[in-house]
Amino acid sequence: MDLQTLTYIIVGLSFALYIGIAIWSRAANTGEFYVAGKGVHPIANGMATAADWMSAASFISMAGLIAFLGYGGSVYLMGWTGGYVLLATLLAPYLRKYGKFTVPQFIGGRYYSKSASLVAIICLIFISFTYVAGQMRGVGIVFSRFLEVDIVTGLVVGMGVVFIYAVLGGMKGITYTQVAQYCVLIFAYTVPAVFIALQMTGEFMPQIAFGSTLTDGSGYMLERLNQVVTDLGFIEYTKGPKSTIDVFFITLALMVGTAGLPHVIVRFFTVPKVRDARSSAGWALVFIALLYTTAPAVGAMARMNLTDTIQTGQVGTVTGNIEYSKRPEWMKRWEPTGLLKFTDKNGDGRIQYYNDKNPTFAKNAEENYGWKGNELKVDRDIMVLANPEIAGLPDWVIALVAAGGIAAALSTAAGLLLVISAAISHDLLKGILVPNISEKSELLAGRMAAAVAICIAGYLGYNPPGFVAQVVAFAFGLAASSLFPAILMGIFSKRINREGAIAGMLVGLIFTMGYIIYFKGVFIEPMASNVPANWLFGISPEGIGGVGMILNFATAFLISSITKAPPQEVQDMVEEIRIPRGSGAATGH
Amino acid sequence: MTEQEREVGKAYWAANLRLMMVCLTIWFVVSYGFGILLVDVLNNIEFGGFKLGFWFAQQGSIYTFVILIFIYAIQMNRIDRKFNVHED
Repeated sequence: MDLQTLTYIIVGLSFALYIGIAIWSRAANTGEFYVAGKGVHPIANGMATAADWMSAASFISMAGLIAFLGYGGSVYLMGWTGGYVLLATLLAPYLRKYGKFTVPQFIGGRYYSKSASLVAIICLIFISFTYVAGQMRGVGIVFSRFLEVDIVTGLVVGMGVVFIYAVLGGMKGITYTQVAQYCVLIFAYTVPAVFIALQMTGEFMPQIAFGSTLTDGSGYMLERLNQVVTDLGFIEYTKGPKSTIDVFFITLALMVGTAGLPHVIVRFFTVPKVRDARSSAGWALVFIALLYTTAPAVGAMARMNLTDTIQTGQVGTVTGNIEYSKRPEWMKRWEPTGLLKFTDKNGDGRIQYYNDKNPTFAKNAEENYGWKGNELKVDRDIMVLANPEIAGLPDWVIALVAAGGIAAALSTAAGLLLVISAAISHDLLKGILVPNISEKSELLAGRMAAAVAICIAGYLGYNPPGFVAQVVAFAFGLAASSLFPAILMGIFSKRINREGAIAGMLVGLIFTMGYIIYFKGVFIEPMASNVPANWLFGISPEGIGGVGMILNFATAFLISSITKAPPQEVQDMVEEIRIPRGSGAATGH
Repeated sequence: MTEQEREVGKAYWAANLRLMMVCLTIWFVVSYGFGILLVDVLNNIEFGGFKLGFWFAQQGSIYTFVILIFIYAIQMNRIDRKFNVHED
């Protein structure tokens, strides 16, 4: 059986499984639609949260990013896991105790203000759409490469599947589908990693393999990798190109941003009890850590394999670089996608892959080796998808990776769509515009909102506005600088009032947005070049959410201290949510 | 809420905050401390093929986070029962 037929079968089976689960567990009322009737076991919820959280970016892009950034890639590893400690200790149990369906509901209730709720709704919708567009793009890439269908067909199929189980099943359908998707994606991620680890080091666990010696007898993998990449003018793998302050703030923005992402927070509304919210965060991180501790090994092994494939001998000797005509099969297969590109700059018919941005090395290479610039462009997004082909693994593993990539993208997209639909039908319609809407109409509005959101997401995935890549920084920055501080202060301070919270959210939001637009130019041309010399304190736009968060806290405290304290019943409510007992009576009203 | 319940609530909250601070201190030390601020110093120590600072940044901090959340969850369950504010 050829690879394509096999991929069709495996992806088709996984789709049938998801739709089957959705039909079996479809939602009957708003409680089941928004929060799965709050009856999900913490381990199942942890698994679903993990699938929800691990997007196409985690599955497809992250290991590739680490492969090229080395130590610099640690910001994603620590940033996208450390947020769960904040969730478990600072947010999840209290929000579960509060017992409503959505994040804007909490903010609106705690700050006794519809305006506060509206600010939260706007942040939430912006964050979620940014994210969902990226997922749809991921679906498109996987479909076009592995099923060799046109990207539109890929998107339509993907949208159709998400539509069926998100719109029919609501949170209940999504949760159980995500459990299945987690199993598919983790299996697909770890199997090739284990194979490659065995090939390269003889160790079976990737987490141990990348700290072990290579089977070819050339010593420890990371030492050899440092050697190989510095020989080609790159920075040492275990060091990174970023400054310490920038690494610090990017990690901070990603951690806090994770804890402030609405589609992650809402997962903790679905468990039966407050204590389940705490342990569920732990289980979620266990399942996430399985992938996140494997990713750096995959990254290191991929970088090693890629370099060894091209630099077959001594750097600088004529025969040290592979001839283009003798390039391996996987390179030929990826070339049509445009994600892998060779330009023979010095016309020797061989591939030179090195750091031509390193002036000393580039000069030396030109004078002594006759190299006229780096000749191979490798998109970071292909590293995970191409990895099994690079390592020459059997076809079923390659097909499995395709199914895993789609599972990662679909599960995240579904979670986000649900958050968007709840924000529109529950927070905006029922909460602000039409308070006496019936439950049946609300459910219908929720389904319609999800359907419209899917269409917009699909359009954004097909026709990504130039800024999709840039806006990822936006999503985390905004979550970190607006929603997270407002929720945190709402629980841990009784003194923060409506005026303080709204001013804080707006200051955090506007500062962070302004800084990112200033350097990255979303909608408009950037106003200054995005280089460290121009940055405030040397902090890049990716990390500025951390500063926005600090400004939000400072503003909220200042304004609250000079305005009236919150009403007594709000202060009583804060005391109430701090205590687990009595969490059963949860409602959307 | 009666006066006595209020007092218990206060003591419970103080115990909770203490535990939380311990957890967040460890959280900060393994990631921002070992993985970022002290990474160059720790990289002088090697075990197996790993430089210690690099290992904390890409592996050790994640393992610590997982263990930390479970310890927090278990300890909080104890505190809940001790102050008699646990569910059912």
